Amino acid sequence: MALDRWIALILLGICLAYGYAAWFTMDAGLAPFMQRNPIWPSTFPKALSVLGAGAALVTLFGLEKSNVKMGDIDYRRLHEYKLGQAIALLALMVIYALTLRPFGFLVATSGFLIIGAFILGERKLHVMIPVGVIAAFSVWYLVSQVLEIYMRPLPGFLLGLGG
Amino acid sequence: MLEGMLIGLQTALSLKMILVVIGGCLIGTFIGMLPGLGPMSIIAIMIPVAISMGDPSAALILLAGVYYGAIFGGSTSSILLNAPGVAGTVATSFDGYPMTQQGKAGKALTIAAIASFCGGTIGAILLMIFAPMLSSVALLFHSAEYFALMVVGLSAIAAFAGTGQVAKAIMMTTLGLIMATVGEGALFNLPRFTMGIMDLQSGFGFITLAMAMFALPEALFLVLKPREMKDSGSGDIKDMRITRAEAWAIAPVIGRQSLQGFFIGVLPGAGATIASFLGYAVERNIATKEEQDQFGKGSIKGLAAPETANNAACTGSFVPLLTLGIPGSGTTAILLGALIALNVTPGPRLMIDEPQIFWAVIISMYIGNLVLLVLNLPLIPYIAKVLMVPRNYLIPFILFFTLMGAYIGQNNATELLILVGFGICATALKFADYPLAPLLIGFILGGMLEDNFSRSMQLYDGIAFIWERPMTMGLLVIAAILIVLPSYRARRARINQAGVADGD
Repeated sequence: MALDRWIALILLGICLAYGYAAWFTMDAGLAPFMQRNPIWPSTFPKALSVLGAGAALVTLFGLEKSNVKMGDIDYRRLHEYKLGQAIALLALMVIYALTLRPFGFLVATSGFLIIGAFILGERKLHVMIPVGVIAAFSVWYLVSQVLEIYMRPLPGFLLGLGG
Repeated sequence: MLEGMLIGLQTALSLKMILVVIGGCLIGTFIGMLPGLGPMSIIAIMIPVAISMGDPSAALILLAGVYYGAIFGGSTSSILLNAPGVAGTVATSFDGYPMTQQGKAGKALTIAAIASFCGGTIGAILLMIFAPMLSSVALLFHSAEYFALMVVGLSAIAAFAGTGQVAKAIMMTTLGLIMATVGEGALFNLPRFTMGIMDLQSGFGFITLAMAMFALPEALFLVLKPREMKDSGSGDIKDMRITRAEAWAIAPVIGRQSLQGFFIGVLPGAGATIASFLGYAVERNIATKEEQDQFGKGSIKGLAAPETANNAACTGSFVPLLTLGIPGSGTTAILLGALIALNVTPGPRLMIDEPQIFWAVIISMYIGNLVLLVLNLPLIPYIAKVLMVPRNYLIPFILFFTLMGAYIGQNNATELLILVGFGICATALKFADYPLAPLLIGFILGGMLEDNFSRSMQLYDGIAFIWERPMTMGLLVIAAILIVLPSYRARRARINQAGVADGD
């Protein structure tokens, strides 16, 4: 089964779960005065679940004929692309999200930019480190001083915030 | 109209706004030139900056400037590298790149810039004429018609998705609508579908979603499949002049394509990409035999046509946004989201309640186009240097700005995790050739669609509004036809072609 039909199957599952919530569980706690309304919080979701499930079924059973065309990337030959780098970068983004607060913006961002370049195969440390640090500092300066959005620059213990 | 223009001029001609336009165009050109980053990603990245400016006119002017800049930058990389940064400029590379190979890169860039300028400017004039007309019709609409109109808009987006893609586009639109119902709606003051998770109480963040749908998958595609960067040739951009004969040759093309591109841009779902391909095809068909042979080998007409059409279409796509509050494309959907974040509701009342925003945007279109012609064009050889930045540095920066866009808006690290999660899903959807723009458009229209639907249900005590209001009925019938027509035509084409070998 092609990827688009697998995805249609997953989306069908999502629509069914959503529809189950809309049709059967959501209205249980509805206040009596709201029940006299012609429209309930579940009305629109009910319609959406039917529409979504219908569209997913059409794709799942391939009722709509389409010319199979490949985009930029053929997912069936995914291993031939730089999949490792992509996954490593995604992991790095997750790590960045988790360290942004505890480590502070400057440390986390410089680290992200330097390690990101490293993952992509850059090895010139004398270029990577200054680029990463200067970029992190300039973005922090722009965001916090010019746009006036506060971002903790350094780890809490260095700023005397006690972690 | 004259009064409105004066208000617009007053707002748009202040020093701050001019700087905003220039800044927006330059940033847009810079980033739009990078292959793989489309205008949607760039605008999404710029939204937090625009919102923090606080002034809706300035924000919209900045984002509109970024938009034109990105389209212009996209044509530059199409011409110089044969690597379009934007789908709307793919047709530009058909004749633009051959001109570069013949050593006429400077001339190609000039023609592209002039064509873009004319397309954008004529588009802005048409916008100025048609938007108030459409707006006054739209003022007659009630919530029932609004609901129906949004359904038409969403159906049109699905219908234009392409052969065999209609069900997928409907699926994506519905998914966007479903995601819009998560969180506390304004109408019921009741959290829905939050699964008890606190972070979902206020719903999904629209910038996070925009980043996850466009910027992240595009960046991941760049990682997965590095494009071969040939010598950009930016060192030998010279002789940017065009002759009088060439100017005469492209003038009618520009005239026709400005009109055609604009009206295609007004249609929901069509947009710059279709306008540019169609513009190219039409001009090739009506050209003389000798000129036809030149198409694809560096014809100046073949270059001017898509460039004019895509810029006119960009301007045209502002018509439904500004007059009806309905975005016809992913880019205008992002602009709509930014406006809502700034407490501005685009729609027919915009022109009456906040004329300065409406007219300032239109005036800024002229200024933006002028900036692109007089400032960006001479700077192109220098801006093109950005194409030399090694990929190893570029990609971490793109990813970082994606993350920042989602973080600055919310100041919440959980958003970043949601961003990565959705980004992975969006990449999988992109692999399977699901269109992503309908999802975002559905997400942004979801709240308004449900509000209008609920209001009509309450007024008519049920779904009677559908048949009791003829205009609503008519619009819904149009929506149904839009959905059914592509599959009907595809089926008929298949029946007609039965027995004939696959052509395409």
